[in-house]
Amino acid sequence: MDGMEAKGEGIGARVRRKEDARLLAGRGQYVADIRIAGMRDVAFLRSPAAHARITRRAKPANAAEAVFFLDDLVGVKPIVTRSSIPGYKLSEWPVLAAQKVRYVGEAVAMCVADTRAEAEDLAERVEVEFNELPAIASCEAGRASGAALLHEQWGDNLFLQSHFDSGIAPVAASAPVKVELEVSCARQTMHPMEGKGLVAWWDFRAGQLVLNTSTQVPHMIRAGLAEVLGIPQAIIRIAPPDVGGGFGYKCLLQPEEVAVAWLALTRKAAFRWIEDRREHLVAGANARQHHYKLVAYADERGRMLGLDAEVSVDTGAYSVWPFTACLEAAQAGGNLPGPYDFRAYRCKVFSVATNKPPFAPYRGVARPGVCFAIEQVIDAIARAVGREACDVRAENLVPASAMPYVNVTNKHYDSGDYPGSLAMAREMIGLDEFRAGPKRDAQGRWIGIGFATYTEQSAHGTKVFASWGLPLVPGHDQAHVKLTPDGALEVRSGIHTIGQGLETTLAQVAHEMTGVPLADIRVTLGDTAVTPFSTGAYASRGIVMAGGAVSRAAGVVAERIRAIAAHLLQADPAAVEFRDGAVHAGAASVTYADIGRAWYLRPDQLPDGVNTGGLEATEGYKPTTDNGVFSYASHAAKIAVDPDTGLVEILDYAIVEDCGRMVNPMIVEGQTHGGAAQGIGSALFEESPYDERGQPLASTLLDYLLPGPTELPRFRIRHTETLSPHTAHGFKGVGEGGAIAPAGAVVNAINDALRDIGARVDAIPASPARILAAIAAAEERAA
Amino acid sequence: MKPVAFDYVRARTLEEASEMLAAGGGAARLLAGGQSLGPMLNLRLARPMRLVDIKRADGFRALAADDATLSIGAGFTHAEIEDGAVEDPARGLLRHVARGIAYRAVRNRGTIGGSLAHADPAADWVSVFAALDGVAVARSARGTRRIASGAFLRGAFATALADDEVLAAVELPLLSAGARWAYRKVCRKTGEFASAIGVVVLDPARGLARVVAGAVEAAPVLLPATSEALRDHGPDAAEAALAEEIARLLPHLDPAARRLRMVAVRSALRDIAGEG
Repeated sequence: MDGMEAKGEGIGARVRRKEDARLLAGRGQYVADIRIAGMRDVAFLRSPAAHARITRRAKPANAAEAVFFLDDLVGVKPIVTRSSIPGYKLSEWPVLAAQKVRYVGEAVAMCVADTRAEAEDLAERVEVEFNELPAIASCEAGRASGAALLHEQWGDNLFLQSHFDSGIAPVAASAPVKVELEVSCARQTMHPMEGKGLVAWWDFRAGQLVLNTSTQVPHMIRAGLAEVLGIPQAIIRIAPPDVGGGFGYKCLLQPEEVAVAWLALTRKAAFRWIEDRREHLVAGANARQHHYKLVAYADERGRMLGLDAEVSVDTGAYSVWPFTACLEAAQAGGNLPGPYDFRAYRCKVFSVATNKPPFAPYRGVARPGVCFAIEQVIDAIARAVGREACDVRAENLVPASAMPYVNVTNKHYDSGDYPGSLAMAREMIGLDEFRAGPKRDAQGRWIGIGFATYTEQSAHGTKVFASWGLPLVPGHDQAHVKLTPDGALEVRSGIHTIGQGLETTLAQVAHEMTGVPLADIRVTLGDTAVTPFSTGAYASRGIVMAGGAVSRAAGVVAERIRAIAAHLLQADPAAVEFRDGAVHAGAASVTYADIGRAWYLRPDQLPDGVNTGGLEATEGYKPTTDNGVFSYASHAAKIAVDPDTGLVEILDYAIVEDCGRMVNPMIVEGQTHGGAAQGIGSALFEESPYDERGQPLASTLLDYLLPGPTELPRFRIRHTETLSPHTAHGFKGVGEGGAIAPAGAVVNAINDALRDIGARVDAIPASPARILAAIAAAEERAA
Repeated sequence: MKPVAFDYVRARTLEEASEMLAAGGGAARLLAGGQSLGPMLNLRLARPMRLVDIKRADGFRALAADDATLSIGAGFTHAEIEDGAVEDPARGLLRHVARGIAYRAVRNRGTIGGSLAHADPAADWVSVFAALDGVAVARSARGTRRIASGAFLRGAFATALADDEVLAAVELPLLSAGARWAYRKVCRKTGEFASAIGVVVLDPARGLARVVAGAVEAAPVLLPATSEALRDHGPDAAEAALAEEIARLLPHLDPAARRLRMVAVRSALRDIAGEG
């Protein structure tokens, strides 16, 4: 069914975001806005070499308390991310490199001064000598025999190699159509508007180390930090302020975070480190770089019979905590079949250690890459059988009649109509009209249309994360809901707000359950001192998990409100209704303040046998399945390629998305716009190239192009709502989805445009250089 | 990244700026709009001992015209040119170019003189200055030098300005009523520096025909044969001469990069042809 918008303020209502009153007025409080008396600034001296032994380190004169090497950080352990996956190799990521550096940008010394500029001056005066080793700058180099080893004790450069085979051999032997291709995705960095940063200080009154850190996962960081610092969790408080975007980067325990926390812990004072854009570009937030070798099998009509894949993930030097170096590989291998119905699949995945910053889970985690890859496969099959790619795609999608559907990698697609979504996207973008008209515009540009359809496993639960071997597996998310003496509602969750609108959507859920007006609902998130446990904001889980927990806790409080109201109104509890900001029974009503007053101030008015839990409750929640719930969407792009310059203009962009029940359609659209913008960044602009010595070639935003408003189309979005049978209110996750499909759709559109001249792009971003090279190669073949 | 410590002084006049610059003995730099110098300071690529701020100094905002030339003070911002606060000697070319420089926030601060003195090869004014064959007016305690564009622009980030010289103004020809111009910039995204620039100026009444390839990782290159063909035989003839001349004059670029410059210039020539 098409999305229905609700009136009022509850689930389904397009209300304005509560947090925007401060965020849009410049009154958000981010890490760099925090001032603490005596706070000092930290800068890190970073390695200029990709792979080298450190032969000498020397501090400047009189800098013993201003410059710190690893040896000074007594008691601090390296970041080690264990995994239960057999064959997974552990990396030890020292908080500061002491013996060896493994990527350009790896921190070697921590420098402290009154200002960042002076801390950087100090860093320039630290002497470090390196003995360079051969650098591993690609998966190919890392897998070559005799390659230099990043972690000598491993014997090779593979974090993990995994292998899955449902039985491809019979299909490979008999399929009438065989298509082979290689595709690759560039290394990217994530670029939240606010980079990583933290202030760490010692709270003498609480006896706690306090971190105001820019994180998506405060409760997880508390656990990880306690382990690495070797101190009890009880003396750590993680109190994140406003977070200006996370995208996965801020799910990680960062070495800088540990080092600065150690300073505050041992010096009992306040210190801060604010990541700058250059550090972000060369030392952090690496993601996306995959290479695929694909062989697909199909029948004469293009019905896919099997897929044989080899995936290499350029994993960087160390495993991030807690998501391991292999989450990407697990997601890539498991999600490559995507929304398509075929039963023969073989996939080898290599997670290769390289001399680059560690790979982190970035919005979509592997799925933008696998979506790009499988969508290239579908179009290649269509070309091979000489049919319209959209038709071939539609015939290969899991049909609605097959739901619920367990795919070849044991993903449980809970609900949805994938072909229906593609058909709507086809109509919105006007494929049939376009096919009937000219392929070039007045300026001589080639025009094309491309599609991509994906499923997004969201809010995957305990068993799924356990199967990925992670050290920290999510269980039930907790929420606390309390009606105050004056009739307002406090909602607390340990998930954090990172710009995704949770202060509004969680309030809408609480309103739906209790009827308390949205304006009277205050949502407090993240701070480990005042919120119940949640593993945090990642994996498109916020509204499903925290929303489910808030729904449950608010439901419990609502029943207690109902019981007290029934008594005050002398009515049957079943006759009590929450509406119009008050509690009604027939013609009579009481306010929420009346009920709060009764519990807190006038207990003489309470009924006998009133629930002693009062007007507050903490409840835990997870869906009835751990398999995750599958959101899905179809994207359609219409583009123009200038064959002279290789520049691409996106002429039209249509999205048909389904994330189950929408809490707030405007926020769903915002998430989709933002994700799709990042996906277009992957498709056309963003790239962190490295030379063969492991030197990063994009160290400023002059070289690393982010799409701006004028590069983005006006996204046209259509919603459908297929409720999940497994979650509270039928919610599915929506945080990541927008980022998954654009590269697939845009590159298919480019290749559609270039089809008449026989050119094809097989790597993203589809930069002018790659497009011009593809055209030149086609011209050469034709000559 | 934060800058290395530096001294900051504010000049009251152009003359004082020149004295302060001279006193710095090569270790001082002028700060005008700061749109290029600012990031270079933060990245610690520029490490001047002293910054001489000329934003509020007198003497950089003069406009003077004679029959053939308009002299524009170096301190005018891109935004002032975009908005028409400065008369456009090139019949719309300057306004058109100004409107396409970076973003409005940058244009509000960046100056035409600062851009030319910085001489980023991909900067718009550098190519326009070459195409119009402008003259840079340099002042120092030693006097005033007038330096033609070809001599002024020595290469990437290199000009003929001496350590004590201040770029005071640029002199640009007043194009006649029948003049035509075209400006093409190839850019991956709005506001970025150009990947390729092609500029064509054709003013038959003044005998002026100049075709320039810009953003060539060096000073912009005048294409004399193409220019001559344009003057004598028109845009089609110029286009016929173009590919060979680009190949000859831009040997330092790889074939794809060369082709992109050819495309930019060819597009500009076709714009001229379309108007003619």
